[in-house]
Amino acid sequence: MKLSICWLYGSSMNIYGDRGNVLALAQRCRWRGIEAEIVQFGLGEPLEPGTHDIFFWGGGQDREQINVSADVQGAKGEALRAEVEDGAPLLSVCGGYQLLGHYYRPADGADLPGIGLFDATTTAGEERFIGNIVVESSEFGELVGFENHSGLTHLGSGAQPLGTVRVGKGNNGVDGTEGCRYRNAIGCYMHGALLPKNPVLSDYLIRAALRRRYDVAELPVLDDSLETTAHASAVGRALARR
Amino acid sequence: MSATSRVDVRLAAGVAAGKLSGRAIRLLGRGGGTAAPGLIANLIEPNILSKLTGKVRDGRIVVAGTNGKTTTSRMLANILERADLRVIHNRSGSNLVRGISAAFAAQSSWFGEPRGDIAVIESDEAAFPEVVQRVNPRIILLLNLFRDQLDRYGELDTIASRWRASFETLRPDQLLLVNGDDPALAAITEDLPAQRLLFGIRESRYLLAELPHAVDSALCRRCGAPLRYEQLFLSHLGEYICDSCGFHRPPLDFAASEIELHGLDSVSLRLAHDDSAFDLAVAIPGLYNAYNAIAAASAALAVGVGSSLIAETLGAFHSAFGRIERVTYRGRQLVIVLVKNPVGFDEVLRMLAAGGLNDPTLIVINDLDADGRDVSWLWDVNAEQLADGSSPIYTAGIRGADMAVRLKYAGIATERIHPLGALADSFEQFVDALPEGGSGYILPTYTAMLELRRMLAQRGAVAEFWEQ
Repeated sequence: MKLSICWLYGSSMNIYGDRGNVLALAQRCRWRGIEAEIVQFGLGEPLEPGTHDIFFWGGGQDREQINVSADVQGAKGEALRAEVEDGAPLLSVCGGYQLLGHYYRPADGADLPGIGLFDATTTAGEERFIGNIVVESSEFGELVGFENHSGLTHLGSGAQPLGTVRVGKGNNGVDGTEGCRYRNAIGCYMHGALLPKNPVLSDYLIRAALRRRYDVAELPVLDDSLETTAHASAVGRALARR
Repeated sequence: MSATSRVDVRLAAGVAAGKLSGRAIRLLGRGGGTAAPGLIANLIEPNILSKLTGKVRDGRIVVAGTNGKTTTSRMLANILERADLRVIHNRSGSNLVRGISAAFAAQSSWFGEPRGDIAVIESDEAAFPEVVQRVNPRIILLLNLFRDQLDRYGELDTIASRWRASFETLRPDQLLLVNGDDPALAAITEDLPAQRLLFGIRESRYLLAELPHAVDSALCRRCGAPLRYEQLFLSHLGEYICDSCGFHRPPLDFAASEIELHGLDSVSLRLAHDDSAFDLAVAIPGLYNAYNAIAAASAALAVGVGSSLIAETLGAFHSAFGRIERVTYRGRQLVIVLVKNPVGFDEVLRMLAAGGLNDPTLIVINDLDADGRDVSWLWDVNAEQLADGSSPIYTAGIRGADMAVRLKYAGIATERIHPLGALADSFEQFVDALPEGGSGYILPTYTAMLELRRMLAQRGAVAEFWEQ
């Protein structure tokens, strides 16, 4: 079996160690005998439907986000939405998460349109939220990461958050929500990198990909003792520094 | 104070407060007292830094960059001292306005007369514009701009824009001495009233095959197109050109060639300037230290120091505090190398990998303010360089568990990964694991290095750092 991991805009949007997420997906496939291919997907390249199995979209600097917002409009954004509608798993963090919503509104300048996959909008805030973040998710349990954003994201009435914030700020620092869920897509503000310390999320994405391409639901269990220790130590650190 | 008085009472009071509180802190055993005295001195005399630095006859040299500031400043200060100049220098690496003020107070008379002819001032990236404004530098030495502690400094673009604004205030009699191999630095120092000279590397040994993934300056700052590298030396440092708008590495005024890396021991190179060239050897390792030596030597040449004096001083140079240190402890050789951001960490691993990775390594990761509270940066480190070795790798520190996971996902066999706990408990364990007469590497983040050094000092293996 082979899975293709598509790293959206990896060359221009790769900040805060987000490539750890791509590494985690690829390695956890390989350790199970599943071949994993990482494909960098950049500005100006077309998105062929059905080619990729897991999508990852990380954060970037403001300057780069403008180019990417323009690039993802039209056919490419449509193709990405169609993939997710068809059940493709996707993880997005920070800048990528914001552009999967309806728009990102900077402090000055025009709105950066997103693709509206998530029923969410983001506005630049005055305060920067920087710190460890712990989230409780009914679906995935306890998740831990590090947030660093000034964008304030508000979910639409029908949108489902990834979880509720136990430590940190999350979507907007007010309503206690963090991230967004839609079909097999996840958006959030959690760097860290997120997946290596939260293997339950990695395996959710891999399982969804295997089900979609190979109709396989079984995923061999891995020894996650190092990951579990790191998760617990990060949560402990978040609680201590609150 | 009368108008005719020659003593600035407020300045003298500020200096006194800085001196006395520094001594008190050291007497109380609360550390080196390298920053708090400056904070106190600035409360009494907010202009203490500009007043004291203004009295330094031969001017101020400010050294800035993500990596190598402490080492380069020390090299430069040593060269200037060798040239019989009295140098004022924030030698302990305390590089915010308060730390620099404390260093000046400590090196001034009680009446506020600095005891120096020239100043070498290492500046923090975020504090840089304020430092420039206060000390009115004669030369600004710019080393590099890499991704570093995003939780504290913000994105690279933000720093670059702030620096650019600061450069625009410079006068034609001020000199920017810039690493031309860094496209971000070359771009933000273009078209200014100040003079500009560039240093860099011109040769084809020790090239990287491709840009490391954590590079933030892969795009042309003028037009946004990707830069093409003719040669790549370290992170995004190299000979670059933008095929879209023509932006390219400017001609070098100080060019290094014939670089030889001698493992963990030393580096040698040939530095050309105008129509002459001379050979340099530095007793600290790695290509990154070659860059530091090139920067320090170029600044010394710009000040008018002769090449033989520069070569002599650098040949006898010892590492700046904690950057790289060899310590004998319980019959074992410990090589301690500071790691603080992805580029620095990568270069240390590159050096270890070139040496064969035969000895055990202890990596100590903390997440205190001075280390950066966000450990995401570990995922920008090319830890895959360690995958080919067979030696055990131990992890420790507040976020040692994160490092263990990083190693695992870098493809290092889990049998080689040994997560230990807090440094205080795990240090002796690591030493026990080394054979008698054997050696090991310790790679700590900044606060872990301080803690390690404190432990080694208590055990009589090293001196306290403020005594250095």
